[in-house]
Amino acid sequence: MSRDGNRRMLLEKAMKEHNYQESALLEILHKAQGIYGYLGKDLLMDISQSLNLPPSHVYGVATFYSFFNLTKPGEHIVTGCLGTACYVKGVEEIIQAIEREFNLKRGETTADGKLSLFVTRCIGACAMSPAIVVDDEVIGKATKEVVIERIKQALGGAKA
Amino acid sequence: MKLSDLQTIAENELDFQRAYKYRINVCCSSGCVPFGAFKVLKAFEEAVKEFGVERECKVARTGCVGTCSVGPVVVVEPGDYLYQNVTPEKVREIVRDHIVLGLPVKEMLYSNEAYFKKQKRLVLRNAGKIDPYRIQDYIAMGGYSAIVKSLATMTPQGVIYEVVSSGLRGRGGAGFPTGQKWSLVARAHGAPKYIVANLDEGDPGVFANRTLAEADPHAVLEGMLIAAYAIGAEKGYIYIRAEYPLAIQTLQRAIAQAKSMSLLGDNILETPFKFDVELRLGAGAFVAGEETAILASVEGRRAMPRPRPPYPANSGLWGKPTLIQNVETLANIPLIVLNGGLWFSKIGTPKCTGTKCFSLTGKIGNPGLIEVPMGITLREVVFDIGGGVQEGGKFKAVLVGGPSGGCLPETLLEQPIDYESLKNVGAIMGSGGIVVLDDHSCMVDTARFFTEFCVDESCGKCTPCRAGLARVKEIFDGITQGDGRMEDITTLEKSSVYIRDASLCGLGQTAPNPVLTTLRYFKDEYVEHIVDRKCRAGKCFKKEGKP
Repeated sequence: MSRDGNRRMLLEKAMKEHNYQESALLEILHKAQGIYGYLGKDLLMDISQSLNLPPSHVYGVATFYSFFNLTKPGEHIVTGCLGTACYVKGVEEIIQAIEREFNLKRGETTADGKLSLFVTRCIGACAMSPAIVVDDEVIGKATKEVVIERIKQALGGAKA
Repeated sequence: MKLSDLQTIAENELDFQRAYKYRINVCCSSGCVPFGAFKVLKAFEEAVKEFGVERECKVARTGCVGTCSVGPVVVVEPGDYLYQNVTPEKVREIVRDHIVLGLPVKEMLYSNEAYFKKQKRLVLRNAGKIDPYRIQDYIAMGGYSAIVKSLATMTPQGVIYEVVSSGLRGRGGAGFPTGQKWSLVARAHGAPKYIVANLDEGDPGVFANRTLAEADPHAVLEGMLIAAYAIGAEKGYIYIRAEYPLAIQTLQRAIAQAKSMSLLGDNILETPFKFDVELRLGAGAFVAGEETAILASVEGRRAMPRPRPPYPANSGLWGKPTLIQNVETLANIPLIVLNGGLWFSKIGTPKCTGTKCFSLTGKIGNPGLIEVPMGITLREVVFDIGGGVQEGGKFKAVLVGGPSGGCLPETLLEQPIDYESLKNVGAIMGSGGIVVLDDHSCMVDTARFFTEFCVDESCGKCTPCRAGLARVKEIFDGITQGDGRMEDITTLEKSSVYIRDASLCGLGQTAPNPVLTTLRYFKDEYVEHIVDRKCRAGKCFKKEGKP
């Protein structure tokens, strides 16, 4: 079966587990994002039809919660923690350095789709602040030099 | 499973544990995992085999010890030797010297007794000691004996009586008396009744609830069970942030284990009592921690608060009576049932009993997770436990209560930590965040930062919060970029009071706290920014696009 067909089957299974109930919308959006990587418009339409909910309701819920991505993220994802402890320890300067170095703003993906930079409110690594997440690796007590070097490694040595 | 079976499990587990001379507890909490805790765990398992001591030394994965800044950490029992910054390379030396030769490796030990001395661990009683993935570990520590005691010897009213007399108050921040809440739900008409355990720890800089769930998930489940028995609930939800994958996994496993031993489900412990628990994942919304918003989110809608009354106790999930309780509150319950409300009421202060967990972070020597008796002073927490300000800085302020807490100056460090004292000086208990700021932090910029957070997180339902906070942020942007005017100070004060008094929910009502407290205690910094265009911490006046 095609990759898309497989994904659709997984999504159907998740919805069925919850009996297509309205109250499971968040759970189903979580599952869908896990399967597809992000919640595109067609996917949200599909979910709204399956659960028999107005598209505006599904879209409203998906946009309300910051955990859901409505656009396709880059191949590599850098997340700066903007929690209080990290802010106090100067994470803002590190995030600005990343923005300058890779020429993108927070919340954006580079034109070649290689790198996304997000900020989040606290990943809970406060005792190791400031913290930056590069793909799935948490860099604690981070400095801009270490983080930029690590991102360059992830991108394959070349500057994006 | 019968009541007596639980005792057998506890005894067998204790016999099993006593067969080992040493126990190596490797912290595998979210604080230590990113820094290699699983590799350290694997290295220990290999090393005890290599030295042939696997029969006398048990290697266990455990939850958080609290000293998160020196992770990965490992505790060797007996004697509670705490090793810091352990790497797989150091593991062989620890096993060879400490386990085989009986000589603790002094230079790797965490040598800060003061950090633990003033703490009192009730909620975190098992954290770092038991394997959260094994229900037997919890049972061996006396776990689930409180629900046994409740079912076998107490009436639901009797349980509520103990909780009332304990004086326990909600640990989510507002401090509502727990026993009173239980009575309200117990008396409310309507069935079924629900319990929602709040683990939506949205405050940046706070990780106490997560640590509890990762270290001792069954304590939360047992607290829920006792509450369910007391108020007559049949179904419970744990609402947890999706940003906490390890805590989610730990709770999922704990629920499955409890079900398999008939501690959850129908006919619990062969009695007619039934109760089931399901997880519900949040998705990144600070406001979802508010009690009416959390209900909307559990029902699969946008987490927007609604006016009260009706209160959730009468009309909560799907319009049914619902008890909403923070997980830290719930973890206290088994202790209260086992030791009695009177025992609990003697801990802490008369009006504010028990302990509170705090995430201690910022410019401080020993950041980490602490649990202290209520009534301890801020000075004791910041300087005795936290080790004071480090890295050559000078203490400036302590922020208590998260992004909607208050910034308190050095003169208020003698304040005892309890709900009323903190409120009197403009801060809140909140969910337990303490962030220490030194002279490298600008108080105006700090207030701007928290306002920005609340602007982002405002759900937009009521105008004071949505429009008011946005206006306050604009004024802050002006002041920190060099466009401030003296009348801005009055506008900030007035708007803050309006927002506080007119907002619908706790988010808007407390969001102005950082603004009001910095204006109250650090007004000179505002004046400096406006009149002299000067920021003594060097944070402001360098925004792009401004002269």
